[in-house]
Amino acid sequence: MAISTAVLEAEMAAVTPMSYWRTVGWRLGRDPTTLVAGGVLAVIVLSALLAPWLAPYDPAAGSIRLRLAPVGSPGHLLGTDEQGRDMLSRLLWGGRMTLIAGLTPVLVAFVVGSTLGVLAGYIGGLTNTLIMRTMDIFYAFPAVLLAIAISGALGPGLANTVIALSIVFVPRVVRVAESATVQVQGLEYIAAARASGAGVGAIVRHHLLANVLGPILVFSSTQVSLSIILAAGLSFLGLGVTPPAAEWGLMLNTLRQSIYVNALVPALPGLAIFVTSMAFNLLSDGLRDAMDIRG
Amino acid sequence: MTPALLEVRDLRKHFPLRGGVLQRTRAWVRAVDGVSFDVTPGETLGIVGESGCGKSTLARLLLRLIEADAGAVRFNGEDVLAASPARMKRLRRDMQLVFQDPYASLNPRLTIEDIVTFSLLVHGTPRAEAAERARALLGRVGLDARLHGRRYAHELSGGQRQRVNIARALVLDPRLLVLDEPVSALDKSVQAQVLNLLQDLKAERALTYVFISHDLNVIEYVSDRVLVMYLGEVVETGTAEALAESPKHPYTQALFASAPSMDPERRMERLPIAGDPPNAIDPPSGCWFRTRCSFAMARCAETPPQSVPVSPEQMVACYLYDAEPVPAA
Repeated sequence: MAISTAVLEAEMAAVTPMSYWRTVGWRLGRDPTTLVAGGVLAVIVLSALLAPWLAPYDPAAGSIRLRLAPVGSPGHLLGTDEQGRDMLSRLLWGGRMTLIAGLTPVLVAFVVGSTLGVLAGYIGGLTNTLIMRTMDIFYAFPAVLLAIAISGALGPGLANTVIALSIVFVPRVVRVAESATVQVQGLEYIAAARASGAGVGAIVRHHLLANVLGPILVFSSTQVSLSIILAAGLSFLGLGVTPPAAEWGLMLNTLRQSIYVNALVPALPGLAIFVTSMAFNLLSDGLRDAMDIRG
Repeated sequence: MTPALLEVRDLRKHFPLRGGVLQRTRAWVRAVDGVSFDVTPGETLGIVGESGCGKSTLARLLLRLIEADAGAVRFNGEDVLAASPARMKRLRRDMQLVFQDPYASLNPRLTIEDIVTFSLLVHGTPRAEAAERARALLGRVGLDARLHGRRYAHELSGGQRQRVNIARALVLDPRLLVLDEPVSALDKSVQAQVLNLLQDLKAERALTYVFISHDLNVIEYVSDRVLVMYLGEVVETGTAEALAESPKHPYTQALFASAPSMDPERRMERLPIAGDPPNAIDPPSGCWFRTRCSFAMARCAETPPQSVPVSPEQMVACYLYDAEPVPAA
């Protein structure tokens, strides 16, 4: 008797229920590309967070005598910029700005966009038309142009950059959320839930959101790299973060005149943008694969 | 005579076809057009017809998953179409639907047990009791609750999914089960298992079935009475035996002729039906079947035929059987 129970327990353990998100986490942890991308991102995010303690110098303090020191100079591991400020310190501090300017708009877009998109898709009719056609107006402009126009109107600064980029990304998320909602809503399990007598709240919570938030999350994560690049781009154009603050795009802008003097130092912020956005892209690819548990 | 469990009177649903910038209604699709029938407790009413004849729309109308344009549905004497939301929620426990698509009908993010439990939780059953009942029912439909209960739908086969579908419909202890092509997506051997399971469950739980299918063999096997639909209308009703022995409406005859029969004695000489059904947006005048009918007369183009009894257990809407003298075709 004891043995048969033990066997049964073992059998049940073999088919142990894993919640959906735990399954996804487990699958993410088994994908080498995701692990590498996640590791790189963890280093970038941590170094940005710990910038005040890691940075060897004040990122705003420079010395004219030490202008454009090459990479590997004594005391300045990654060289100095055109005003003699330490590049390593500026890159660490700049990472904060770039990550804030890149991640916040996507986060805002995920929350606002999912809400609007699910509402539009679930209610349909006039609500849908109103929300979706309004989004289409924003969608009609190319992303870069729209970001520049809004930033231009609001003026430079980190907060305005975040607002401008949020406006760029909200319509995109709304579209994905709406189409996912419409698609899921037409499926028979939603009809089955209605046939069982469930109210709107229960259907949305248990049947709709669980199947819609995944695709929206994956789509949003693919937008992070674009957002980082756009944020850097706005700074590069002088519409984003203002000098003397360090931000990767801004650094790229001020250093570009020095590219013939010392090619490697001006390339560093570009490299940082590239690696960060690449890591986000690979991570969202991994997330997409991991969330398709049928695969 | 026992009072009907389900009475359907002149049920109608026309879907608007919108187009253009202003989304004006351009035309109407007559999905269900004046359907009436009764279902007595304990019987299985089979509804058969080609794809697109409005069978699935009818199923959804009966359960009020879509609102009818006109007509009445009475369940146990109560007007379903006029029921208040609270009353409707109560009624939904008594009438349930088994869906056609074993893939789309199960939420991919919920475990099998949660799918079955959900309906009970909606109606306020405590979680522990709900889980208990769900597990018992999963066992009854041939699934091992311990083995399958914590799995997701994609890990199950088509037949197993359809068993989950059945368990979900039965967990509320309904009296009427509407089955919308419940075995059409399954292969033949699994079909037989599921059909037998449905027959057993019906006997055990004193259920009443409305069984919708395009497959005449299946319909004949499960049904007591059969209702033949064509373009949203009922063209013939009768007991399963009467219909199989002597189908009266040319459409029913054509359906039987085109269904591969297992019985060589039953194979008919008549040609199977020709052509596609006419567009339900712009149906022909008079009898809607006349464009494909080999017996069409001048009269058929004028007014649609009324349903007339040809025997105590058979009604047919065709001028071939109308009381008026019929000129030789």
